[in-house]
Amino acid sequence: MKLLASVVTAAAIAVTAAVPAQAQQGSGSPTVDAIRARGHVQCGANGQVAGFGMPNARGEWTGLDVDFCRALAAAVFGDATKVRFTTLTAQQRFTALQSGEVDVLARNTTWTLSRDTSLGLEFGAINFYDGQGFIVKRSANIKSAKELNGATICVQPGTTTELNLADYFRANRIRFTPVVIERLEENIAAYLAGRCDAYTTDVSGLASIRAANTPNPADHVILPEVISKEPLGPAVRHGDQRWADIVKWTHFAMLEAEELGVTSANVDTHANSTNPNIQRLLGTTGGLGAMMGIDNRWAYNIIKQVGNYGEIFEKNVTPLGIERGVNRLWTQGGLMYNPPIR
Amino acid sequence: MAGIPATADLRPPVSQIKALDWLRANLFSSWANTALTLVVGYVIVRTLMGFIPWGVFNAVWTGSADECKAAKGVGACWAFFPANWRFILFATFPYEEHWRPALASVTFVFLYVFSAIRANWNARLVYVWAGGLALIGVLMFGGVFGLSFVATERWGGLVLTLILATFGIALAFPLAILLALGRRSHMPAVKTLCVAFIELIRGVPLISVLFMASVMFPLFLPEGVTFDKLLRAQVGIIFFASAYLAEVVRGGLQALPKGQYEAADALGLSYWQAMRMIVLPQALRMVIPPMVNTFIGLFKDTSLVLIIGLLDVLNAAKTAAAQPEWRGYGPEVYFGISLMYFVFCFAMSKYSQQVEVEFNRHKHR
Repeated sequence: MKLLASVVTAAAIAVTAAVPAQAQQGSGSPTVDAIRARGHVQCGANGQVAGFGMPNARGEWTGLDVDFCRALAAAVFGDATKVRFTTLTAQQRFTALQSGEVDVLARNTTWTLSRDTSLGLEFGAINFYDGQGFIVKRSANIKSAKELNGATICVQPGTTTELNLADYFRANRIRFTPVVIERLEENIAAYLAGRCDAYTTDVSGLASIRAANTPNPADHVILPEVISKEPLGPAVRHGDQRWADIVKWTHFAMLEAEELGVTSANVDTHANSTNPNIQRLLGTTGGLGAMMGIDNRWAYNIIKQVGNYGEIFEKNVTPLGIERGVNRLWTQGGLMYNPPIR
Repeated sequence: MAGIPATADLRPPVSQIKALDWLRANLFSSWANTALTLVVGYVIVRTLMGFIPWGVFNAVWTGSADECKAAKGVGACWAFFPANWRFILFATFPYEEHWRPALASVTFVFLYVFSAIRANWNARLVYVWAGGLALIGVLMFGGVFGLSFVATERWGGLVLTLILATFGIALAFPLAILLALGRRSHMPAVKTLCVAFIELIRGVPLISVLFMASVMFPLFLPEGVTFDKLLRAQVGIIFFASAYLAEVVRGGLQALPKGQYEAADALGLSYWQAMRMIVLPQALRMVIPPMVNTFIGLFKDTSLVLIIGLLDVLNAAKTAAAQPEWRGYGPEVYFGISLMYFVFCFAMSKYSQQVEVEFNRHKHR
């Protein structure tokens, strides 16, 4: 098919008509059937945010969200390489998912009520808990966001960030002057040059700015207040619950693996584990994969080929200078908690 | 008085004009000009005094991101380009297969140069283009001759810019001629259709057209049926360019004296014969400058595809500059990329001037 297509469209542009396959014997999910017929998972990714979804200098996709898509491919095909990425902008992302251009949207997308309901999306897993915060210079001697009365604050327009900022200050009856600058780089430059007293964006972004963009990270403080909730997670189309299940449990399997201490390096040594939790996770017992219409060794494949949640976090996010924080497992005081895999 | 010939138009032999005279004539001919020269000169010198130490003496030409970090603020980080050139040129194309887009880009440049030589303007040109495009298609898609298949979402960098611009220009041009002829047609249906198309497309910015193609259009299709994102963007660009070009061509058609049309009719030529042999050759020759203007604009406009997430050469450079270790080198990145755009656009402009001179030689006989 591909050979034929490339010959027909030798003029360099292809028409790919992804016709949803008939629901045959298999999975009971039109999306999974289409994915199997196509031979790869089509994943909507960011393309610009380091640590979450971006190609590296060799043109290979890297990031937490990207690795999540690889894990999905490992669950469906047993092969983490059977995934392709479509770069999506913030405006395009929901249409691309709704129209079937991508199977899953893993693009730092905040789970909100309106997106979950009126946009016809289905969220279920949260693979990164973020929230909006402030960065200030240590020399300003500010300890709390409440002390920012009368401050000039740099912010990027057109996002919930700008609205959250106004909401927070109105609720706390503090005055501030917003300096709205479109590009991230110029915002950072304005903050460093002293044009604004503080810069606000998601805490993960602040941490990476502090690590990568400031001449001396110790001169800058991220204030303790987190003024908004930004739970980021993968989304799928509403109406295909089976596929939504697979997406959800792929994330949970990676959490469970971390909790049980199963990593990509040691997963094979657990093959004969007597721990019933590990046996169920790795598909030795329970037949859990079959319940979702995929291979019983789905979680084994995810862990072996991609890793558990802690591993992909350390590989992608930690180098940016972002601490694990609330994204630790619940057993370590974080928010990452998965329902039992049984 | 009457017997003395006017001498004001005669200029001394070139060898007698000295640099000082040139300066006096061109830069210091009046108080106003002298003041202007001094002000502009001051601005230029100040800019260079700022740029040269930063861009040349203190710049980091090779090395790692750490060396750039050390020179931050005092010197430019040109080392960004040696470290990231492969990503800028080929973006997410599989790393081991980069020779394929490289060869495709070279093929594009060969096609441009080959077509620029007037001796090649014959039937052979069609075959060369067909062969060249087939080669580019095979290189980019793969899937035959043992090349691995590469989907369009992995295409990017310079070759994507060249694809969008070349197909944009090559396909918009014939479409524009048809639209321009249709707009001047006496058939009401054809005329209305062409006017509506041109005015609709010309009435909105390219960004809206691209947005329409990439965000709205998929919603009109039955669920599960999708067209390639690159193809949608390409069609959007072709439509947009053709609407503008059509108006340029119409300008040429209207500037042609009516006698030419009547003469063609008098010879008993059919409509298409008259257009092909009499009208279009003259009309198009007249509008070479505005046509090239549109081409150059289109070439630069292809960078707008970044808003729909395609990694053209500008977006690839910006993505490379978003890597944590290479952050904060915006000026260098934009400078380098604008230099590349300048080379392409300046070549186009120079070439068009030459073509214009050759085509209008009959006027200077």
